[in-house]
Amino acid sequence: MTGRLLPLIAFVLLAILLAVGLTISDHKTDIPSPLIGKQIPEFSLPVLGDPGRVINRDDLLGKFEGRPFVINVWASWCPPCRLEHPLLMELARDGRIPIVGLHYRDQPDAGQTFLTRFGDPAQFHLSDVSGRTSIDFGVYAAPETFLIDGDGKVAFKHIGALTNEVVAEHLLALNREQAPR
Amino acid sequence: MINRAMASAIDLLKAPVLLKALVLLMALVLLMALMNPLSAAQPLVFENEEQAERFRLLASELRCLVCQNQTLADSDAPLAHDLRQEIFKMLQAGKSNDEIKTFLVDRYGDFVLYSPPLDRNTLLLWFMPALLLLAGGGLLITRIRKQAMAQDANGEIDGDGKN
Repeated sequence: MTGRLLPLIAFVLLAILLAVGLTISDHKTDIPSPLIGKQIPEFSLPVLGDPGRVINRDDLLGKFEGRPFVINVWASWCPPCRLEHPLLMELARDGRIPIVGLHYRDQPDAGQTFLTRFGDPAQFHLSDVSGRTSIDFGVYAAPETFLIDGDGKVAFKHIGALTNEVVAEHLLALNREQAPR
Repeated sequence: MINRAMASAIDLLKAPVLLKALVLLMALVLLMALMNPLSAAQPLVFENEEQAERFRLLASELRCLVCQNQTLADSDAPLAHDLRQEIFKMLQAGKSNDEIKTFLVDRYGDFVLYSPPLDRNTLLLWFMPALLLLAGGGLLITRIRKQAMAQDANGEIDGDGKN
């Protein structure tokens, strides 16, 4: 009797497996970052549009004096960066959280043209033309957005274009905890 | 040899227009292949064959994160190129294979490894095939035994299942 039921049981199990696979497949290309909870890596990069000015990790963390901020990895050649750009502009306008750009694997000229055309949401942009610093940040596809907490640790990372939900639920999460208004 | 080439060139001049067009097209494709920026990339120069072998091994064991079903060795993505350069630099700096893998895992997670490490999250991944094999094998054996017993009971020897 069990022999007859066996194919059915196998089929049901397989169907469940497939259903689970289908529901998680939306995010299967998002690789969890091993940097979460860790201090952001050391770096030393020139500022976009002001190559004489070089900023390292301590400079960057010093600028925000223990307040959370966002690092947005972008490039002028990246269509989803263009897509999420209005959201960043909105975030910059209401000043809820400061944004630093990490200009990734792109020519400075092209980046500046992009910012002139569409607006500049960031306080400044670090210019990573070679992409070497971005490797230390575990960047593999622009755009990527990191939320850095007051201790200089990575609190959250989003891969791909930002959405309203991601901004509200994740990027502004620390603001709610640390500075209730 | 040269005479022959000349002769075939002259033959070509006499050839019909369609053939000429075809040859021209082939020459054009060849030219475009030569101008391909990928082939213009600088080849890596290794100190010795052992280092080159280690590079090939590492690049084929590590995943390209941009096109996630390709290895670093296979991928033409810009990041794969950068990461190959990093591996090359680390090899030249005398880093061990484990140190190089750790460098990548620290940045990109276990996902970069084509053979994931054995830990609590991957227990099922590692042992599921063996478990399935055991389960399937066990099922097969009990089936065969049952059938054999049924045949014995019927006193049949040829065992073609028609009882």
